[in-house]
Amino acid sequence: MAEFNFLQSLPSVAAALGLTILAAVILLLDAYLPKDKRPQIAYVAAFGMLFVAFTPIIWSPPAEGQVFWGGMIRFDGVAQIFQVMVILGGALTALMAINDSGTKNRGEFHLIIIISTLGGCLLVGANDLVMLFVALETVSIPLYILAAFRRQDGGRSAESGLKYFLFGSFASAILLYGLSLLYGFTGHTNIPALAQTLVSGGGALGDNVVPMLAALLLVIVGFGFKISVAPFHFWTPDVYEGAPTPVTAFVSVASKAASFAVLLRFLLAVFPADLVLEGQSIQAFWVNLLVVISVVSMTLGNVLALRQSNIKRMLAYSSIAQAGYALVGIAALQSADPTLGVSSVAFYMFMYTFSNLLIFAGVVLFSEATKSENIRDLAGLQRRSPWLALAMTISLLSLAGFPPAAGFFGKFFLFQAAVEANLVGLAIIGVLNSSVALYYYLVVIKVMYVDKGVDEDQAIAIPRPYAWVLGIASVVVLLLGVLPTQIIDWARSGAEAMQHVARLINGL
Amino acid sequence: MNFAVPTEAFIMLSMVLFILGAMGVLLRRNAILIFMSVELMLNAANLALVAFARQWGQMNGQLFVFFVMTVAAAEVAVGLALIVAIFRNKRSINIDDLHQMEG
Repeated sequence: MAEFNFLQSLPSVAAALGLTILAAVILLLDAYLPKDKRPQIAYVAAFGMLFVAFTPIIWSPPAEGQVFWGGMIRFDGVAQIFQVMVILGGALTALMAINDSGTKNRGEFHLIIIISTLGGCLLVGANDLVMLFVALETVSIPLYILAAFRRQDGGRSAESGLKYFLFGSFASAILLYGLSLLYGFTGHTNIPALAQTLVSGGGALGDNVVPMLAALLLVIVGFGFKISVAPFHFWTPDVYEGAPTPVTAFVSVASKAASFAVLLRFLLAVFPADLVLEGQSIQAFWVNLLVVISVVSMTLGNVLALRQSNIKRMLAYSSIAQAGYALVGIAALQSADPTLGVSSVAFYMFMYTFSNLLIFAGVVLFSEATKSENIRDLAGLQRRSPWLALAMTISLLSLAGFPPAAGFFGKFFLFQAAVEANLVGLAIIGVLNSSVALYYYLVVIKVMYVDKGVDEDQAIAIPRPYAWVLGIASVVVLLLGVLPTQIIDWARSGAEAMQHVARLINGL
Repeated sequence: MNFAVPTEAFIMLSMVLFILGAMGVLLRRNAILIFMSVELMLNAANLALVAFARQWGQMNGQLFVFFVMTVAAAEVAVGLALIVAIFRNKRSINIDDLHQMEG
């Protein structure tokens, strides 16, 4: 192992260190600021995170990626792009929480969001089973608290928190058992070393395929809960509906993006194409499994979203469907060139993060003004606040995959990767599903622009922090839709760095 | 002569514990009992990790267990607080009573 060099190892955890310092600052401010100044904490948190989001960009990783901190963290292009995504998600969430009735004037909210973001930053670069598990829990446990954050709502928020907690910890336990089996087969917790032992047949497993499939299944079920794909999605609608809206936004983007990053890394490194036991390719098994999960969650999410009247619940089912689309990209890792799959998932999560934050910022404003989360009550929103309606329209078009918003290219890259990986059927099902989804997204737009509302004369004001969130997110969504090349090139170079690891493993 | 318990025995025991825990989660209706079943599953994984670490003659697995125990402690703190919050609202911790949101 190379000699430990502190300064060289620093960039890989710079974002995490920055967030830790920020968390300490917020804690002190929350304790010592006079009460009337407490609302300012939100700005410190948001701009602190915006600032930290630049550290992975400034201290970019070496092109091939590198392993730091005794093999715990791998810092490469994929880790970089997902770190930026997660931290920006945290920053916009902090801004979004300023006026929400469930979270306003509560400094500890920002502290907990920052800790969860910190977990996400570590998770996307996890290179060791211990790191993976601890980081995953650092993302999840704060979110259980946040889901139950609102007190005066007759227990809906507490109920969603408990449901999230029970399902989440169940999933973690399943995942952990899968990880312990993988450790048992090989005697390594370091992911590349573990993969090498498996591929070279040096572990305790011999040529037995069944224990391997059991471990794989446990891991996929565990991650399936975290990224909320069917059939592990039960918790999603209730948690999304009951949690304070900014928390819903964060759960739906940052924790999901980080889990997708680590799922990509894990499946590509631990179960590569040339892992063959008893003459059966392990990769073929997980790809087929993911294809089934993807089809089920796309279809189920879209069909159930059609009959929702609560907008947060509708977005919950929509996010189940979106996770199904992103799985198309993970299934496309079976192609001879997995970089396409990796980069398409990274791009998709990037555009999904901003589109979802945009719509949820709109939902916060709308539900604070009307005290309702019903889609019917959006009627006449265009007359009440044209900019708000425009921003929500942009994000709905993006989620529906409609040009010129970013979602179009997101889906395009995913389905292109699927076709390249000989999964034409899956791509066709994906396209059909997108057209079903178009219906329920367009209905919301129609309600906002065409339907007559009861109090159309009452304008909805957009406070300044929300104007920033709506502005930043709309610009990013539109830019990604018009000029997707920058981000997809970034994602491709990151994906190549990841591919480099896979080649190293197979070469040895 | 080697009288040590074979690793297989530990793994069988851990599998039994894991399955008991999973069944507890799926069948029980009391939030605290579900939570205890999750803890049982975590401990099943811990037992497997320690047994594997002995088998391989190295410490990684034991180290992992320390981290899992820490995480489990954090989970207990959050989980019990949530259960108390639910009990204050509903005077019950039966998860069948948690149905304010449906659809």
